[in-house]
Amino acid sequence: MEWLERNVPKLVLAPSFVAILVFVYGFIGWTAWVSLTKSKLMPRYEIDGISQYTRLFASPRWDVAMNNLFIFGALFILLSMVIGLVLAIFLDQKIRSEGVLRTIYLYPMALSLIVTGTAWKWILNPGLGIQEMVRGWGFTGFTFDWLIRPEMAIYTVVIAAIWQASGFVMALFLAGLRSVDTEIIRAAQVDGIPTHRIYSAIIIPTMAPIFLSAFIVLAHLAIKAFDLVIALTNGGPGYATDLPATYMYAMAFSRGDLGQAAASAMIMMMVIFAIVVPYLYSELRPRRDH
Amino acid sequence: MTTEKILRWGLFAVLLLFALFYLMPLFVMLTTSLKSLEEIRTGGLLSLPRQLTFQPWIEAWSSACAGTQCEGLRPFFWNSILMAVPAVLISTMVGAINGYVFAQWRFPGANLFFAAILFGCFIPFQVVLMPMARMLGLMGLAGTIPGLIFVHVIYGIGFTTLFFRNYYVTIPQELMRAAKVDGAGFFRIFFSIFLPLSLPIITVSVIWQFTQIWNDFLFGVSFSGAGSQPVTVALNNIVNSTTGVKAYNVDMAAAIIAALPTLFVYVVAGKYFIRGLTAGSVKG
Repeated sequence: MEWLERNVPKLVLAPSFVAILVFVYGFIGWTAWVSLTKSKLMPRYEIDGISQYTRLFASPRWDVAMNNLFIFGALFILLSMVIGLVLAIFLDQKIRSEGVLRTIYLYPMALSLIVTGTAWKWILNPGLGIQEMVRGWGFTGFTFDWLIRPEMAIYTVVIAAIWQASGFVMALFLAGLRSVDTEIIRAAQVDGIPTHRIYSAIIIPTMAPIFLSAFIVLAHLAIKAFDLVIALTNGGPGYATDLPATYMYAMAFSRGDLGQAAASAMIMMMVIFAIVVPYLYSELRPRRDH
Repeated sequence: MTTEKILRWGLFAVLLLFALFYLMPLFVMLTTSLKSLEEIRTGGLLSLPRQLTFQPWIEAWSSACAGTQCEGLRPFFWNSILMAVPAVLISTMVGAINGYVFAQWRFPGANLFFAAILFGCFIPFQVVLMPMARMLGLMGLAGTIPGLIFVHVIYGIGFTTLFFRNYYVTIPQELMRAAKVDGAGFFRIFFSIFLPLSLPIITVSVIWQFTQIWNDFLFGVSFSGAGSQPVTVALNNIVNSTTGVKAYNVDMAAAIIAALPTLFVYVVAGKYFIRGLTAGSVKG
């Protein structure tokens, strides 16, 4: 009885512990194992070495997916941060309707990426969307057909993704701006330092941890991007907008190539871990003190 | 002084332009959903409907075809509710009790375990899709709503635990000590001290989990069967169905219907939604 009482906290955690152990770490192990076998339609469990990975890196489709991830990730992260920072600094200038604007900027984040993709697919559709609208204004030569051009379609994914997430970055940065010590800012103002100098020399440097957080979240969103591509381009034209996530899904569920699916999932995981592990490590370490 | 004024107007103009950029898709969706197909073909993207029609909404709700099934979004909307409500409640409850242990009942190894849970929040779910599909099959839950609930609970625990743990850490240890001196046990302290203090964080957790689960597509498309697809999967099927004339107005109405619950939550409780977003990224 007393043993029970002493161990209640551990017993309460036990189901979660088992669940995480099996469904997170066990499953990662399973996928890692399968990625080292010759599994096709059905999983096979004889280790075969790294042949799935060599096949993966030799696959032109994977090559496109990784290239797209690089283009999409870089532009999405960079532009979302720039837009988010600009909006946050502008909103920070005691704008009268700040609350309304903030609400408008952030609402896309509450929507499903499938909804977002559906909306943008309609707007970017060359026959009826923006292109047709601008032509209707009299600019008959105007073309904006990225959605159906293989080499440009990935940029439409960038546009929709920025629309979705930049408001969130704005909210993060705005919270950061507001947490900067007002005493220091007032002192600088008294000294006659111009506003843009106060931002570039005092405020923004103290926000470094928030930049890091925003980067981590955006990078994480980029690597996991799946829904948006499915709804907006369905990976096409051809497989021009494939990302690792859609590649993995196609291999696992429509191509029946479990080995390739497992290997591509493992690569995705390694990319995320390379970004997240150092971050979590640094975030968790000082915590132990209190 | 005048340059100052011009600058402020410029500032406001930029902010307004961005507001228009963020609002445009919603505006286009809404106006398109209220136009006839004929008007869509002849009118402009941003023009208001000349003749309001609610027919697309009715079709989207009750007769649009998602694949071979032509019952509109209604049955799938219901599926999403049946899936989201229990999954949100269970994952929040588990998160609350886990967070309570991590914050107030430290034991050796707890930090390591907490870190292990946190890593679980960050994994790309692609890495668990295939074994989970097999596991659901073994458990007899493949293609069912209970199967989806199970998956959402498992992968939601990380975030809910994080929310509650960070919230409970701020509650002073003296409260615990006093309660222990009075002879209160583990559950007694939780139910009569911690739970009553938890309304704000329960709200955050419920809203965050509801948004995540309602908006999920990957698990829905991977693990649902014909009768258990959530609304996001059905929406995608309606929009990408290749049969017949493309009914853009119905697509847009369907998209808004699928988005309404989370939009509603955002408008009513945006503050808590944002708190969830930020807690999920910057831990405080």
